[in-house]
Amino acid sequence: MSNEDAPKVRISNLYKVFGKTPAGVMDKVRTGMSKTDLLEQTGHVLALNDISLDIPARRIQVIMGLSGSGKSTLIRHINRLIEPTAGEIWIDGENVLEMNEAQLRDLRRFKTSMVFQKFGLLPHRTVALNVAYGLEIQGVDEAEAEKRAAHWIDRVGLSGFEQHYPGQLSGGMQQRVGLARALATDAEILLMDEAFSALDPLIRTDMQSILLDLQEELHKTIIFITHDLDEALRLGENIAILRDGAVIQTGTAQDIVMKPADDYIRDFVRDINRGRVITMRSIMTPGASAASATIPAATSLEEALPLLNAIDGHAATAVDKAGNPLGSIDLSTAIDAMRVAE
Amino acid sequence: MEWLAEFPSLDRRELSNMKKGIDGAFREFSRAYGEGLEAFFYPLLKFMVWFEKLLQATPWPIILVVVAGLSWLGSRSVKVTVGAVIAFIAIGIFGMWEDTMSTLAIISVATIICIAVGIPIGILMARSDRLQGLITPVLDVMQTIPSFVYLIPVVMLLGIGKVPGLLAVCIYAMPPIVRLTNLGIRLVDRDVLEAATAFGASPKQKLWGVQVPLALPNIFAGVNQTIMMALSMVVVASMIGVQGLGVPVLRAISNQYLALGVMNGLAIVALAIIFDRVSQTFGKRLQAHRKGHH
Repeated sequence: MSNEDAPKVRISNLYKVFGKTPAGVMDKVRTGMSKTDLLEQTGHVLALNDISLDIPARRIQVIMGLSGSGKSTLIRHINRLIEPTAGEIWIDGENVLEMNEAQLRDLRRFKTSMVFQKFGLLPHRTVALNVAYGLEIQGVDEAEAEKRAAHWIDRVGLSGFEQHYPGQLSGGMQQRVGLARALATDAEILLMDEAFSALDPLIRTDMQSILLDLQEELHKTIIFITHDLDEALRLGENIAILRDGAVIQTGTAQDIVMKPADDYIRDFVRDINRGRVITMRSIMTPGASAASATIPAATSLEEALPLLNAIDGHAATAVDKAGNPLGSIDLSTAIDAMRVAE
Repeated sequence: MEWLAEFPSLDRRELSNMKKGIDGAFREFSRAYGEGLEAFFYPLLKFMVWFEKLLQATPWPIILVVVAGLSWLGSRSVKVTVGAVIAFIAIGIFGMWEDTMSTLAIISVATIICIAVGIPIGILMARSDRLQGLITPVLDVMQTIPSFVYLIPVVMLLGIGKVPGLLAVCIYAMPPIVRLTNLGIRLVDRDVLEAATAFGASPKQKLWGVQVPLALPNIFAGVNQTIMMALSMVVVASMIGVQGLGVPVLRAISNQYLALGVMNGLAIVALAIIFDRVSQTFGKRLQAHRKGHH
């Protein structure tokens, strides 16, 4: 298999144009014609515009954008539910676009699995049979599939509902079934298309916690699509922001909040709770620190402010998990960080 | 202004020549291929004769038990089952047992043929818009053209008897099952189908694991309609030599026997109601998963 540092999924120069003759208008797209001009002059819709993105293994990559930004189109290219107009997609060093029907089916059966915004459950099958669906498609024998399905039903907290039909469950419970179905196939890559967007805010937070708990032990490569910045910041170890079919910024939650690439993103991050997102690591001055008090670098602003306030001199040393000093922080820097940079 | 009052049609001689030409050509065709076609349908004829004889030779208590059993299996309803048995007893008491068995035989065979041919056509239609565009007008013609019109070529080709009668019934009764199979499959939720694709289901796995099961309630509505339409063709079929409840109705029409006509007509209605209730409750049971608990 590929080494640890190589990207699990590599998307390069990906274009998707919807219309009658997408290939025919690619020259115009490549020479930089805007989305609006393309639609007016040729009737074609530019959905994805030169997307290149390396997605690391075993982490949560969030792709965030508002409706119409192309995020759902993008995630469907990874398992080729949608064919690109131009560009390349590589998974574990294999070119997905060169796969034939059978290879593509194997990719979808064994390497990727998917969770959908509208759940996509099979209404005529019970919860148990829905969760076993991917295994059945893989050709796993019935008894084994049933056993593994039962395990995942338990993990998402649905024990006792095995014989219910999806129509008898609430939205949150249905999406747990969707999650269990995706996890049951043991695929390394989990594609989540606005998986929690259709749920009530409380249930959504619940599901995010379930996902984070599971991820702590499973270490899957998760590609998570959302239109909700709070969700993106909570889940994403890496975040890519999509607008009008193009990636306009990639980075960690800290990067996005502290160094928004343009006004569009700045507008976005204005309303989020900075105290919860920003950590000491991103506001400290790296290097030696004279302060004797220590604060873990992963502490959020919200938690750090009262600590800093209580310390004599209002300054501390940021330390990593092992206690090694990383840099210095003080109260006024922390308070400044609460304000949106203009 | 005379040319406005009368439509400028072809003159009479041209028209009659054209009709004669078509009739002649078809007669030639039926002379050349009629026997071959008859030979082709011979196994079907044998099967129908065998099935009809079987129904008529079976002792009536056994038929009653089978009717009760099938009604119960289909509907799981005491009311429907008891109703079916009472209807059959009444039919027997009023002396229509034998004709009813003949009618049951042709309806069953016609339904089986319609299902065996109609469901695959419906599935193919659902997979291709072009095929749908081609078949839909054909179905429209099959349903709306007066049955006597297609009886002419059928009788010219195959003569009078069970097989032409069966063909006439099938031409009229097949469209609903084709339409509703097509519709049922097309109505399957795209999101569910996309999920199956995303998990690597092959086209065959999608068809049998997702599309057909989810289309079943609609397919069943189609089967129900097909049976009803087949029953409504019983009288017409009896005009070209099909035995059954249609024959006495026909006799009643030509001789103005009111009682005979009404009795046999009601027997057809009774059969229709039994088939309808049993297949409808069966269809409803197939949708058990649609019932929510909240």
